[in-house]
Amino acid sequence: MSTKEKNDQSDVGRRDFLKLFGAAGAAAGTLPFGGSASADEIMAAAATDTKHHHAAAEPHAGGPGCEFFNVDESAFVEAAVDTLIPSDSTGPGAKELGVATYIDRQMASGYGKGDRLYLEGPFGEGAPEQGYQLPMTPSELIRAGIADVNAVVQKSHKNSFAALSAKDRAAVLADLDAKKTELPTVPTGTFFGLLLQLTIEGYFADPMYGGNKDAATWKMIGFPGADAMYADKIEPFRNKPYKAEPKGIQDLI
Amino acid sequence: MATKLNAVDVLIVGLGWTGGIIAKELASTKLKIVALERGGPRDTNPDFIDPEIHDELRYAARYDLMQNVRRETITFRNGESQTALPMRQLGSFLPGQGVGGAGVHWNGVTWRWLEWDHQARTRTVDKYGEKIIPSDMHLQDWPITYDDLEPYYDKFEKTCGTSGKAGNLNGRKIDGGNIFEGSRKEDYPNPPMIAAQSMVMFEKAARNLGYHPFPNPSSNASRDYVNPDGVAFGQCHYCGFCERFGCEANAKASPHFTVIPLALKNPNFELRTNSIVLKVNLDSTRKKAVSVTYLDARGREFEQPADLIILSAYALGNVNLLLQSGIGVPYDPATGKGVVGRNYAYQCGGGATAFFDKKTILNRYMGAGALGTCMDDFNGDNYDFVKVGYIGGGGISCSNSGARPIQSHPTPHGTPRWGSDWKQAVVDNYDHAASVGNQGAVMAYRQNYLSLDPTYTDVFGRPLMRMTFDFQDNEVKQMNGQADICVEIAKEMGATKVDRGIPPVPYSIVPYQSTHNTGGAVFGADPSTSVLNKYLQVWDVPNVFVTGACVFPQNAGKNPTGPVGALAYWAVDAIKNQYLKSPGQLVPS
Repeated sequence: MSTKEKNDQSDVGRRDFLKLFGAAGAAAGTLPFGGSASADEIMAAAATDTKHHHAAAEPHAGGPGCEFFNVDESAFVEAAVDTLIPSDSTGPGAKELGVATYIDRQMASGYGKGDRLYLEGPFGEGAPEQGYQLPMTPSELIRAGIADVNAVVQKSHKNSFAALSAKDRAAVLADLDAKKTELPTVPTGTFFGLLLQLTIEGYFADPMYGGNKDAATWKMIGFPGADAMYADKIEPFRNKPYKAEPKGIQDLI
Repeated sequence: MATKLNAVDVLIVGLGWTGGIIAKELASTKLKIVALERGGPRDTNPDFIDPEIHDELRYAARYDLMQNVRRETITFRNGESQTALPMRQLGSFLPGQGVGGAGVHWNGVTWRWLEWDHQARTRTVDKYGEKIIPSDMHLQDWPITYDDLEPYYDKFEKTCGTSGKAGNLNGRKIDGGNIFEGSRKEDYPNPPMIAAQSMVMFEKAARNLGYHPFPNPSSNASRDYVNPDGVAFGQCHYCGFCERFGCEANAKASPHFTVIPLALKNPNFELRTNSIVLKVNLDSTRKKAVSVTYLDARGREFEQPADLIILSAYALGNVNLLLQSGIGVPYDPATGKGVVGRNYAYQCGGGATAFFDKKTILNRYMGAGALGTCMDDFNGDNYDFVKVGYIGGGGISCSNSGARPIQSHPTPHGTPRWGSDWKQAVVDNYDHAASVGNQGAVMAYRQNYLSLDPTYTDVFGRPLMRMTFDFQDNEVKQMNGQADICVEIAKEMGATKVDRGIPPVPYSIVPYQSTHNTGGAVFGADPSTSVLNKYLQVWDVPNVFVTGACVFPQNAGKNPTGPVGALAYWAVDAIKNQYLKSPGQLVPS
């Protein structure tokens, strides 16, 4: 393991445990790492989704409507979430469900500004077991990471990340995930870990946060959402399918 | 400069389960009592109402009800050779903040610890001899036995409306309950909860293998209930938003709607929220506490004199206050001398994830925090230490606490973590996976301890507390041994694929494991190895009592809240009936 890899602070190097106990309530900042997307599948998905996809080079809708990102950053995030969770025959993708909007709002929120982070110095790199040690809030980390990736891609592909083909985008993200790419400012694994964490959060969170539009993710997996009263159902529905139209918090108030 | 306030009789620092119990129980004394709570006021309505409380992002992922580490945190290292660095965000454990403390966001699992847990050293030596204890292990007895505490366990269960099934009623073993538990005089106040599908499968599998499964003792009420204090509980909704959330139904026992409102009815009791205690002040003899210094929400500094001071913050907060105040001698691992910070311990985890075919429908989201089926066949000393190679096992259980999808979308090992294949695996497995987990004991060691950090400070200028902790060989063996048993059960449940895992070794502060931090201010019979006597009274400063999981000499393979609550009743009984009648040291040192 290179020194660089060792210093990636979101990688505690224990994938098995995290995968296993992510299910039992692992902290959101510790979502498991591992593997990469199949570029072919992503390509196929992109080709079949004509309703929501813009051509890569087309001007996107972000920017003016954003609370935090500028137009370039917004384009990056839209392209990144579209690559991480593409639209395909299994179900909707992150982009069409508003996950980029979710991330933008999170970055503008208290969370994005580090309202629950201890940010006193001195700052040391430490061991992976000691956790996050950067002097950056989530929004500062994401902003710097986006600029880093765009700079690297500009060099290698003579273009911005958002302007790449779906296949090239998947390859760039796979290299980040595998920490094959060294970024000039931020540790690769820490940035990619946060980007993936935010994407997954927005995809599964209550629709009122801007992603998971129409609770489409919940529909896809069969989670009934915020309308949760099962005292009279848990026994009769043992080992039987329970069907309910998923409801978000705003559907119920 | 601190403003000096009028003296009160009793000062309570931290208003969760134990502070709440003590405040309520002391009401009859007519003494003037003040409680200082670092967080804000909270109540079921409007803070935990449905549907707003069913918000996974806000409460589970963003820790809305937890301690904000921006103001105060700890530093952490695995061992002496490392430099400790700050825990900059929450991860491995989640202390609470605000009225009710962590008692608001707990799951409600309410154990009586096993008899062995109360006399771990004596019973181990009697059975296996001294030699089985590793030389760096500080294996210590409690200064009281299970039988001493039995009436107080009973009292706490009744306060909480705990739902369960007795397995040992007055010495009579009862099939379907926990046959390994100590003898209880009465059954639980409520019948067990309704088992989820995964639990039915676990119970059958465990029985097939010759084990003794039983329903978790759960303070999520299985039916409407009124406790002996007249507090009404609603039946649990099985909503699946429990751990990390407040309960909309007042079904999950919490101090904020049980003991604390009763304490507040007392005209001699005053609660001051958003009040952070910086230290306890001693007189020149260092044998008597005279006051505490605290800041209010505006940052104004006050000195509150009191005759009797109860430290009832979270386990880590109590040890921090002792260290900040110079109460008791800080532990030094080099010499083995000192007691404050000694015997810090934690919780082991790991186990198996069982993946089933699509015909097995679990409806995992129909859950409750303490809803689970457990077995103690490999816990306490219910198995042969020599044969398995470790001391202090763990409870093995299948829990069904909910399936909130940000944090619970299990996929088998080998699945990519993004892209179309990931999504397919999420859909395929979301409602067809169950976990069989070990909650293992952690013994105390010479090298695991709490102290003050030499470098970092909190926003109030105090040194941060430093945690030096790692899993030792005994615990690593235990996690591996117990995980193998979990795998065996998962297979017997009919899983088509079983993934095995244990927490990171070395211990990592990053992934959530358990909010079961124990020790650092332990109670005992010997002042050279304990901070507190058997009544939770500080040996060195007898007008200070300390409650909570910091008093345990080592951790058990069980959740701590049962004995934490029982010991609060035990201690306040001694305060009321002995200390207040004749203030002074209750146990000769």
